[in-house]
Amino acid sequence: MEAVLEVRQVQVTFKTEKGEIAPVENVDFQLGKGETIAIVGESGSGKSVTTLSIMGLLGKAGRVSRGYISLHGRELTGLSAKELNRIRGNDISMIFQEPMSALNPVLTIGHQLSEQIRKHRGLGRKEARAEGEAMLRRVGIARAESIMREYPFALSGGMLQRVMIAMAMSCNPKVLIADEPTTALDVTIQAQILRLMKELKKEFGTSILLITHDMNVVAEMADRVIVMYGGEVVEEADVFQLFDHHRHPYTKGLLECIPQIGSGKGERLAAIPGSVPLPQHMPRGCRFQDRCAHVMDKCREQHPPLKDAGKGHKVRCWLTCEGKEGEENGGTP
Amino acid sequence: MSDKTVLTDGENSRSSSSPAAPAELDGGWKQLARRFFRHRLAGAGLILFALLALMALFAPLIAPFDPYAIGRSYQPPSWTGGHLLGTDQSGRDVLSRLIYASRVSLSVGVGAVAIYVAIGTLVGAVAGYFGGWIDSLAMRATDVFMSFPYLMVILVMVSVLGPSLGNIILALGLLGWPSVARLIRGGVLSVKEKEYVKAGIALGYSTPRLLFLHILPNVLAPVLVNATFGIAVAIITEASLSFLGMGVQPPTASWGNMLIEAQSFSTLSGRPWLWVPPSCMIIIAVISINFMGDGLRDVMDPKGRR
Repeated sequence: MEAVLEVRQVQVTFKTEKGEIAPVENVDFQLGKGETIAIVGESGSGKSVTTLSIMGLLGKAGRVSRGYISLHGRELTGLSAKELNRIRGNDISMIFQEPMSALNPVLTIGHQLSEQIRKHRGLGRKEARAEGEAMLRRVGIARAESIMREYPFALSGGMLQRVMIAMAMSCNPKVLIADEPTTALDVTIQAQILRLMKELKKEFGTSILLITHDMNVVAEMADRVIVMYGGEVVEEADVFQLFDHHRHPYTKGLLECIPQIGSGKGERLAAIPGSVPLPQHMPRGCRFQDRCAHVMDKCREQHPPLKDAGKGHKVRCWLTCEGKEGEENGGTP
Repeated sequence: MSDKTVLTDGENSRSSSSPAAPAELDGGWKQLARRFFRHRLAGAGLILFALLALMALFAPLIAPFDPYAIGRSYQPPSWTGGHLLGTDQSGRDVLSRLIYASRVSLSVGVGAVAIYVAIGTLVGAVAGYFGGWIDSLAMRATDVFMSFPYLMVILVMVSVLGPSLGNIILALGLLGWPSVARLIRGGVLSVKEKEYVKAGIALGYSTPRLLFLHILPNVLAPVLVNATFGIAVAIITEASLSFLGMGVQPPTASWGNMLIEAQSFSTLSGRPWLWVPPSCMIIIAVISINFMGDGLRDVMDPKGRR
């Protein structure tokens, strides 16, 4: 598959008062054309920072300190603000978690929608407005004409998320980054929004990078899944492979945390004890060691490499490497 | 495409209570305007101020006499003699001078405020958005400006530049910006962290566009209120300056220098028509503007929304 977005060996560091910390390390994946990759993980696993680094939204304190990110072979990490502004919103768009706070409260929907179309597609005021209206209809808003004149406070969360999607898709981006697009919405609206995203993906051939911690959303949307823990990729696999044959204990834990209706009455919901260690307190060896049920001596001493377990299924765990240890030793930093 | 999910009106939008009230939909500024007029004092203030503005604008048409024409001095007001508010010591018609003076006062008020709101907005927005040393520099500058004894500095500036209408406006405008800069800076500091600003960056908007077209409209409300009070202050300052002899120079009339001409004891006790009308005009102008400011503040306070 043709790679649209490549993220290679990326490390992100932030300057803090106590020196530099690296909330994201060893992140490595590529997004193919028309493909949907879901990045899952707990809070603090580095999934949001990864997307922010792709968009160049790390702020003054953060930077990509190792590795590179490229779009169609063009490296994004070293671009100037001006060049980046031509790509953002045009080639790569983003939808945010809370549509209520992601739209400017003092500007009308129409203003915000057509401003972006005018900027990136160089259309006149009238054409941009017409285009925006068509886009609103496309995302399933029936009263597009009157919605264009509304201010964001007058719309519900689901409607606003549709508007955000319309904005993100209006310049026909190659990559759409969706940072927990349905977390803030009602369950019924969630399904509608997910279906809409799927439709648009098929229609425009957009690649989607979906950030979520909801495994149901993953099952619904993703082609491939990347599981992140403690700022690094711990497992990457085809979505079916991941649900049925996951190898990493953390992935197992995540999947067991999904509440299911009807299974095991009165049974307590499984949880992974503890939380992700802070970047400045990362343990030596495997980052998951303190919460892992299968922890071995080796895990405490050596950092496991990301190994290919066949058919693009990659795992970062000593358990899966055990058998082949003789042939493939090393790779520890 | 065939299973396109088109939503019907009712189920997904919280607005649009009924199609009969389309004004309701426009939200934002229009709603503010409606609430403003429902606020009685604010409405009254606006009407009064509008009348003053019209008076200033059409002074040559309204004034019954040439404000500089000299006649018999100290004529008392009379309905029949033509001089409704009498004449001053040079025999000039007080009513006509009063009307022409409103031009001076209002242009000082509006002009000075326009200048300092522009400066303050620019400084505050840049300081708040970029932070760091730019911010420190701008804020120290406001500290310096705010520690000046206001009237003294204006007196010095005006006497150096020469006491003319333009210079008074300039002096007031150059000294008033720090309070606006601080208001704007504070607002920008909080708004720039909002997600819609990040979304704006993610859409590829340049920094000036984000700062002036997306962030600024969110922080202008308190400045608008501040500006109305600023107009009142500027009018009073002009009157004080004129009273001290550093304001608009005679024979041009301003409410302040009409008062100074009425300073003598015999005028104060025996010829009230020379000082009561200009005093009243100052009071009316300031009160009407303060009412407007009060109204704006109430209307824009989110807690006051019903």
